Amino acid sequence: MALSELAAVKSLQALRQHPNALQATYRAQQRYVRTLMGIIARCLVAASQVDPTLQRELAGFKPGLIISMNVLGMPAGQSPGFAVQVTADHQLTLLDQLTRKADLTVSFKHISLAWLVFTFQESTTQAFVNDRLIADGDVSLALRLMRCLDRLQSVILPKAIAQRVIKRYPADLKLSEKLPQALKIYRAAGMSWRR
Amino acid sequence: MSQSYYEFYCPVKVIAGYKALEHIPFELQQLGVKRPMIVTDQGVRRNGLIEIVTAVFTDTTCEVGAIFDDVPPDSSLQTVRAAAHLFREQRCDALIAIGGGSVIDTTKGVNILVTEGGDDLLAYAGAHNLPRPLKPLFVIPTTSGTGSETTMVAVVTDTERATKIPFASHYLMPNAAILDPRMTQTLPPFITAMTAMDALTHAIESYTCLAANPLSDAYAFAAIRKIMTHLLPVLDQPDHVEGRLELAQASTMAGVAITNSMVGLVHSLGHAVGSIAHLPHGLCMSLFLPYVMQYNEDVNGEKMGELLLPLAGADVYATTPVAERAQKATAIVRRLRDELHQRTGLPRTLQETGKVTVDQLDAIAHKALDEGSNLFNPKETSFEDMRSILQQAWA
Repeated sequence: MALSELAAVKSLQALRQHPNALQATYRAQQRYVRTLMGIIARCLVAASQVDPTLQRELAGFKPGLIISMNVLGMPAGQSPGFAVQVTADHQLTLLDQLTRKADLTVSFKHISLAWLVFTFQESTTQAFVNDRLIADGDVSLALRLMRCLDRLQSVILPKAIAQRVIKRYPADLKLSEKLPQALKIYRAAGMSWRR
Repeated sequence: MSQSYYEFYCPVKVIAGYKALEHIPFELQQLGVKRPMIVTDQGVRRNGLIEIVTAVFTDTTCEVGAIFDDVPPDSSLQTVRAAAHLFREQRCDALIAIGGGSVIDTTKGVNILVTEGGDDLLAYAGAHNLPRPLKPLFVIPTTSGTGSETTMVAVVTDTERATKIPFASHYLMPNAAILDPRMTQTLPPFITAMTAMDALTHAIESYTCLAANPLSDAYAFAAIRKIMTHLLPVLDQPDHVEGRLELAQASTMAGVAITNSMVGLVHSLGHAVGSIAHLPHGLCMSLFLPYVMQYNEDVNGEKMGELLLPLAGADVYATTPVAERAQKATAIVRRLRDELHQRTGLPRTLQETGKVTVDQLDAIAHKALDEGSNLFNPKETSFEDMRSILQQAWA
């Protein structure tokens, strides 16, 4: 029996012995995704202030535009998520709550599918392609957002992980550029959490 | 454990073959339809194809409530509104699209407005933005290329913003696609060639892009084989009934494939050129297909190589080393393009179209970068990559 089949059988046996395990797993995934979404949103905002490549991409977004991410099918207020708005100088700012419908909403169909993406097991692009998430809004906005997320991940994640979750790791991104840039983004994101 | 996942859905009833049109009244009655409206264009009307369809309603309980025959080659929001107005005025209850991609996509747009009410089609743009099933829609393709008769997608031009607006929802899928060889028999060789290249591109992109799955692969593979077997013989003998039906089926099968696995970079470039230089969609596909195959080869060469079998046949496939199959597949497509140029005058380069200028290439590359189909292309594409492919396709 292949290792993967063995693992599947074992997890099924475990599930029979602990019928609530799957629910507990989903709840744990929910907490994890909520935290990671918060980190990614803050990193995205921070990168919009310091990363020239991301800034070039953001120049294509109209000021005032709102982008949100959430998980579908959960009771109101319980879904992990975030919303960012494009400022007049084409940076991003985090919104505490939505005052109107976002121009682009990216929604995961289930918490477990968001978990796949936020544990870097599946790229955002692959999640789109696999119909695990849907985009409500202009397709070109979704494309730009994907490029922003790819850029962010290529800067803040170790190369080995980033290569797994983006289609093409930027060949011109050297460690000497990446490291200071990542530190700046993490520092700015951390500061925003304190405020 | 593999984490691969896919979805496959095709509720469209395919009604194909000899006297397929004569099945329409029964099928409409099954859905409770009494007054369908026909949507078509002037070309179809001039060819006398509408009369063939309206005749099948003779002495049936269904009557054609209205005919809207003013769909332009590049459909627009205004056209959709005008057709929806006629539908309401004539109190119709279903739609029959008779034509190519523009007619079919227009009719899908009309269906949104007449079901949801109002005139604001843009409110339903994007993916999954329709809240309920639409009115019955039957599609009778008169070209063999678009595949729109089985897809969940419609593309309508916003002429004010000079951009193509995509609509995607399972509710846009027609109830039935009727493939009757009488409807494609009069298709001129140039359009036959152009639309067949459209269908071939659908099948190849569906098979080689990121959302490919085992079921869509089966449709794509079979569609390629049909096109490669029947396209040139049909150009030799345009009224060849079986050949025409085979091409129509190939187009429909490629449509089923792309609605479940989408398309890639050929379409990104094609849509961009289409909206800026107003080239027909099928021609754009033909212009870019070989170069995009070559561009993607280093990331999906293995799958591309598999396509040599339906593209060139078993003998060529068997005698070509595995490492050379992808290149050979691209070469076969390029040879087909050249053959079609020789037989029908189908342009081989952007320059030969006479409608694109070199100074438009940057704008086309920028526009192509924001096309949704990029997401499904196996290789990430930069502005420089787009520009390089455009340059290759130029001359």
